[in-house]
Amino acid sequence: MAKAKLEKLESPAMLEEFYREMLYIRRFEEKCNVAYRLGKIGGYMHTYVGMEATAVGIHHAIKPGYDYMITAYRDHPQPLLLGTDPVSVMSEIMGRSGGLSRGKGGSMHIYDIERGFYGGWGIVGGHIPLGGGLAFASKYRGEDRVTICLLGDGAANQGVVFETMNMAGLWDLPIIFCIENNEFAMGTRLEYHAADTQLYKRGEPFNIKSERVDGMDVLDFHKDMERIVNWVRKEQKPYVVEIMNYRFHGHGAADNDRELYRTKAEEAEAMKRDPIARLEKILIDRNVMTREKMEAIDEELSDKVDAIYEAADASPFPDASEVYDNVYTDMEPEKGH
Amino acid sequence: MAATEIATKTMSYRDAISKVLAEEIEHDENVFLIGEDIGRYQGTFRVTQGMFDKFGPKRVIDTPITECGFTGIAIGAAMAGLRPVVEMMTMSFSILAMDQIINHAAKIHYMTGGQAKCPMVVRGPGGAAKQLSAQHTHCVEGWYAHAPGLKVVAPATAIDAYGMLRTAIRDDNPVIFTENPGLYTVMGEVPDDRDFMIPFGKANILVEGNDVSLIGYSRMTQVNLAAAEALAKDGISAEVVDVRSLSPLDMTTINASVAKTHRAVVVYEDWKFGGFGGEIASRISEESFDDLDAPVVRCGGLNVPTPYARNLELECIPDVDDVVAAVRKLS
Repeated sequence: MAKAKLEKLESPAMLEEFYREMLYIRRFEEKCNVAYRLGKIGGYMHTYVGMEATAVGIHHAIKPGYDYMITAYRDHPQPLLLGTDPVSVMSEIMGRSGGLSRGKGGSMHIYDIERGFYGGWGIVGGHIPLGGGLAFASKYRGEDRVTICLLGDGAANQGVVFETMNMAGLWDLPIIFCIENNEFAMGTRLEYHAADTQLYKRGEPFNIKSERVDGMDVLDFHKDMERIVNWVRKEQKPYVVEIMNYRFHGHGAADNDRELYRTKAEEAEAMKRDPIARLEKILIDRNVMTREKMEAIDEELSDKVDAIYEAADASPFPDASEVYDNVYTDMEPEKGH
Repeated sequence: MAATEIATKTMSYRDAISKVLAEEIEHDENVFLIGEDIGRYQGTFRVTQGMFDKFGPKRVIDTPITECGFTGIAIGAAMAGLRPVVEMMTMSFSILAMDQIINHAAKIHYMTGGQAKCPMVVRGPGGAAKQLSAQHTHCVEGWYAHAPGLKVVAPATAIDAYGMLRTAIRDDNPVIFTENPGLYTVMGEVPDDRDFMIPFGKANILVEGNDVSLIGYSRMTQVNLAAAEALAKDGISAEVVDVRSLSPLDMTTINASVAKTHRAVVVYEDWKFGGFGGEIASRISEESFDDLDAPVVRCGGLNVPTPYARNLELECIPDVDDVVAAVRKLS
């Protein structure tokens, strides 16, 4: 069985799919940054540049649209991979009526409930018990869904994370706490925010199987996640996986002085782990793809992202009359200033 | 309501709540109870007595003492289609879960643009019992009523507890259902009807009167009923308006009462300063100014952490004498 998976993984089609998805996320996020600088996107926006292998590796390990997924505010790539209309994602990021939430959520609050993507949350660590609740619901109904609950290294210190892990361990909730350790809690380095920097150990006091994996090599990481997801689905128990990755951009678009917390030399060193460059090397070494083909794919995806942006930019802002919509399911709130 | 057609039973406010919880567990497989010591221990205020034995650990879930965490788990479960009823051992402990309730539950439907719903109830006793000191006695209903996205109700009678809790459980929005330790033993007639519901946003006139409107909710409505009797002995005809539902708020009934009596006293157990009674008072001033013969008066809890000593504690909570004194200020 393991051999069959290995062959599937190494098929040229699969490698190309991984490559396209990672590059698509990167170009999409870079376009978001451009739009932000143009004033087309406001507020807080956090891109996934540098961490693409994490999103892609997880996506190919789950049953998309069946399994539940929830994350914090670095939430653009997951719905793109799940097949959400990218124009509705970009429109939401731009606060337009064509957005998934008709402009009520923004970059930090992307949701596609039909596809099992539950957002999209702004309070660091606050969504973790919600993830526990998703897993609780699937277990309650006797389903074999797995819940992917993504959180950052910064969130790993929040009290409610420990509360949720305790109940997940106590009640055998089928949830994977995916700690994306990009080494920085906003502008505070791991060593300055965690007493024990081996964050996978967060699960151990609660009898949760835990491990640390490399999130920058998409092939290895995908294999790790597939193994973990399969285990959780079968055993219906929780898991903690600490995913070592790195964000190349700032914490958010408003973070424009990364030298306050890390040096340029350090970034340059980290860039050597670039998951996309790493896969490109594999593609060439295995004669799967030429540089020319890669450039053609890049051009194609860049054009695609440009078209997504143009379509989103053509979407009107929500009508002022919509401001009271969806506060409640069945009534309006008190109105007026 | 239909009390003439449907048989009723006399029962306590506590038993009315227990009855509807059991009925809704049987009515909908998605309904479950979750909270601290509600199962094996039978519930601190015995509201869930017998339920663990009857319905088992799937439907009646004992939690660790982690209000923020288990409330968040309930919210996530509600997003995924279940209907959790969360018990707060006291509403004071819900303050630990306030991030989950206000920053998450209240905003889910809005932030998702209507994609997701959060059909859950957070219920439990708010307000003073007897010498529970400062950390177990908060009235937090006004804090929650401040947040759009939540519905907040505070029934004062057994029949309202019965009818409104069912409405809360079947509502697709997060509902804060606040009880009061002093109400659990209040007796009343409750219809024997497993579909009996009282809609939110409807205040109720419990006693009709002509001289002053006593406007309150939760246990203060019981105080107002006693105050109306005391005032009647002095020839003052007080109308008792039971607000019942803070959000949505029925200003139509409140304004109609003020149009009749021309005077209003708003009574609430929460701290007087910045409390929900201030919202009601300001709304009356804005909407019924021409009907008023006197300023709207608030009668609220003293602005101190609730003290332990019984005499000091009683000093803090509005009682009949305080309401009567507030009415006398108006003449």
